[in-house]
Amino acid sequence: MSSESAYLPEVSKGLTLMPEQASAFAGEIDALFIALVVVCGLLTLAVFALIAIFGYRYRAGSRVDRRARFGKAADQRLELGVLAVMLVIFMGLFGWAGSLYLEMFRGPPAAMTLNVVGKQWMWKVQHPDGTREINTIHVPAGETIHLRVTSQDVIHSFYLPALRLKRDVLPGTYREAWFTADKPGEYRLFCAEYCGSYHAQMRGKLVVMEPADYQRWLTRQGDSESPAVSGADLFQSYGCSGCHLGKQGVRAPSLAGVFGRAVPLAGGGTLIADEAYLRDSIMQPQKHVVAGFDPIMPSYAGQISEEEVLQLIAYIKSLDAQERATSPAQDPTQGGALP
Amino acid sequence: MSVSTDPRWPSEHYLKEDWGLRGWLLTTDHKRIAWLYLVSITAFFFLGGLAALLIRLELITPPGDLVSADTYNRLFSLHGIVMVWFFLIPSIPATLGNFLLPMMLGARDLAFPRLNLLSWYVYTLGGLFTLAAVIGGGVDTGWTFYTPYSTLFSNSAVIAAVMGVFIVGFSSILTGLNFIVTTHKMRAPGLTWFRLPLFVWANYATSLIMVLATPVLSCVLMLISVERLFGIGIFDPALGGDPLLFQHLFWFYSHPAVYIMILPGMGVVSEIIACFSRKPVFGYQGMVISIMSIAVFGFVVWGHHMFVAGQSLYAGLMFSFFTFLVALPSAIKAFNWTATLYKARIIFSAPMIYALSFVGLFTIGGLTGIILASIAIDVHVHDTYFVTAHFHYIMVGGMVTSYLGGLHFWWPKLTGRMYSELWSKVAALALFIGFNLTFFPQFLLGYQGMPRRYHEYPADFELLNVMSTLGAGVLAIGYLLPLLYLSWSLRFGAVAGGNPWRATGLEWTVDSPPLKHNFPRTPRVTEPAYAYDPTAD
Repeated sequence: MSSESAYLPEVSKGLTLMPEQASAFAGEIDALFIALVVVCGLLTLAVFALIAIFGYRYRAGSRVDRRARFGKAADQRLELGVLAVMLVIFMGLFGWAGSLYLEMFRGPPAAMTLNVVGKQWMWKVQHPDGTREINTIHVPAGETIHLRVTSQDVIHSFYLPALRLKRDVLPGTYREAWFTADKPGEYRLFCAEYCGSYHAQMRGKLVVMEPADYQRWLTRQGDSESPAVSGADLFQSYGCSGCHLGKQGVRAPSLAGVFGRAVPLAGGGTLIADEAYLRDSIMQPQKHVVAGFDPIMPSYAGQISEEEVLQLIAYIKSLDAQERATSPAQDPTQGGALP
Repeated sequence: MSVSTDPRWPSEHYLKEDWGLRGWLLTTDHKRIAWLYLVSITAFFFLGGLAALLIRLELITPPGDLVSADTYNRLFSLHGIVMVWFFLIPSIPATLGNFLLPMMLGARDLAFPRLNLLSWYVYTLGGLFTLAAVIGGGVDTGWTFYTPYSTLFSNSAVIAAVMGVFIVGFSSILTGLNFIVTTHKMRAPGLTWFRLPLFVWANYATSLIMVLATPVLSCVLMLISVERLFGIGIFDPALGGDPLLFQHLFWFYSHPAVYIMILPGMGVVSEIIACFSRKPVFGYQGMVISIMSIAVFGFVVWGHHMFVAGQSLYAGLMFSFFTFLVALPSAIKAFNWTATLYKARIIFSAPMIYALSFVGLFTIGGLTGIILASIAIDVHVHDTYFVTAHFHYIMVGGMVTSYLGGLHFWWPKLTGRMYSELWSKVAALALFIGFNLTFFPQFLLGYQGMPRRYHEYPADFELLNVMSTLGAGVLAIGYLLPLLYLSWSLRFGAVAGGNPWRATGLEWTVDSPPLKHNFPRTPRVTEPAYAYDPTAD
């Protein structure tokens, strides 16, 4: 556990016109934002200026020519012209913003993936090597960080303003986010979705470090169990191993090698066994029953924390690796299955 | 001015007799029901305003020091629920609409006068449930009732609040039905669809939305109750439900509801600008098409409230696309109001100052909506003060400003009295200045990243928050002044006469206050709306 995981860390920034940019992507967002402000500002200015000019020139007391200069047809052409110009402007903005949005979700491959669990009212983070933090996230600069975010209870929203990054964090769902923070420093982390009494205290900080500093920091945290090792312990203590490991032909399939494979379902069809599928099979075992097995597994909903589920998943994924290492000859389609 | 000596004061009118309780509580006169609504929504407006004031006072310093976090959460929930459902949605339709729609159509009353009275009782019943929720400890879910917080986690009076909103929904539906039927069936001879005042068109479009969207809200509120009371898994994933389902259903109503909260204001402003420009509204047909297309397109943009909530990428892009499209008719309207001023004969009366404020504030609100529709930007500013500022520009800068403008415009018709010209102009300017001072800093706060619904915040957001709170003080003056001088005018105001603004429209052809059945004989319409001539005078 990190000694720096102080409760409610404050990051003092001072007021600036534009918020800090911790990534190149933040700069791209700001460029679009400035363009939008310029376009919208000019349009607003035009409306205000016309109201002021017409209001002065055509005030009731002034002696000006008020006879209509244009016919109705000309008026309609003007109206349609304005419509066309606005349409072109709007479609341009839509295209620009839409392409940035797609970029936001299709990041480069991950250098590392952190698990982030939101719960009332804190952020719990686990690094790939097992190091855990609360309300503080240390990451190396310049590397692509993937986040797997989920919630223990209600909907939260993971918000890093300096990275222009936000994801709602939903219970029962794993969502991915990525960023590449270029600039070492401390940045704010907010919960942006109202989540109950102390929503405003669900804050933290992102600490971006030079990669060497990050490695030193990790070392200082001491030896932590990697999530897969913790998951192996949980696999025993929650009694999963009683049915799922070892003997063939018992009530439940072996889980070795299941991750990433197509699983045949009792109701017909198949599902790829990804993280979400594994989570569902632990929390709602009746949701996707595997073909050839009885739906006898009890639900672990309410008995196991989201962090533990993530560790179990890490363990099950590691079984996959082990098996491929030890028995490369096995046909990959003959995998284990989940109840 | 003594009423008895002024020849313009009518000998017969709808306020003359029946001042007992029966005369008011059992009335079926649309004009009196409008007054019932006016008094009720004013009470709710000041209740919601009081909550807003406490919110702003709490936020004047960074730490949470004035009220506790739980109290703060109850305050913004109360503010939202009361302002949206008990003020904004009924505001113009149920007061000015109720009073004016039959008069503008040349009708004696709405199509279903007793249904009209019932809708006020339903509104009142819903209001009582909401007040019960407040007294019973308050509700802390925000006006959006997001699940699973509202169904399984909140320890507050969610059911009472939800019931209040559920009930008040029926009041909207009844009013909407009444307006639709009245507009279709009770137009005076010669009053064709394209001769209707834009106020009628706007209320007609609003009514369509009320009738089509409100049932969805009712359903989703029922589902909240079912999950909360009986633990049936609908929205909570731990019970096999889906929290996003709630957001889809909620916004399927609540986005069109935004248009319920702005279209009537657009109608009011069109009337006022035409009258005080002495000129027909520029592009009447374009205005009608815009109103109706806003009503239709408003139904396909709800997903823009959920750009970071977890819908698919392509759904997000489609909703962004439609949101840009729905902005087009609004842009046309702002352009047409401005173009109406060209070669006009502009009189800066209090209603006109409100109406021009509306055009300016609505333009800012609408264009910041374009910034939010730009989907990549929304990811950053979603659920920050940028959004708060944007929708207050539409709902307060837009709807409340136009409501006050309309109230000042038709006040002589409602009461037969005039109010102080000076004070009304002071109030209109206080509103414009106070409003901008309150909400413009919130755009800056939002882009800086300050999230909404925060009881406390980092210290460097303080300056902008202080500005916002001071602005709210000026804004409060803009709201309290009309309460004073309008009440004063009820007894001491000068007699207005039938048509003090020399406005067109059937409601101005009769005495103020009007007869119980509006018209001595059914009027006949021979000209389009807004037959003003700026070259006359």
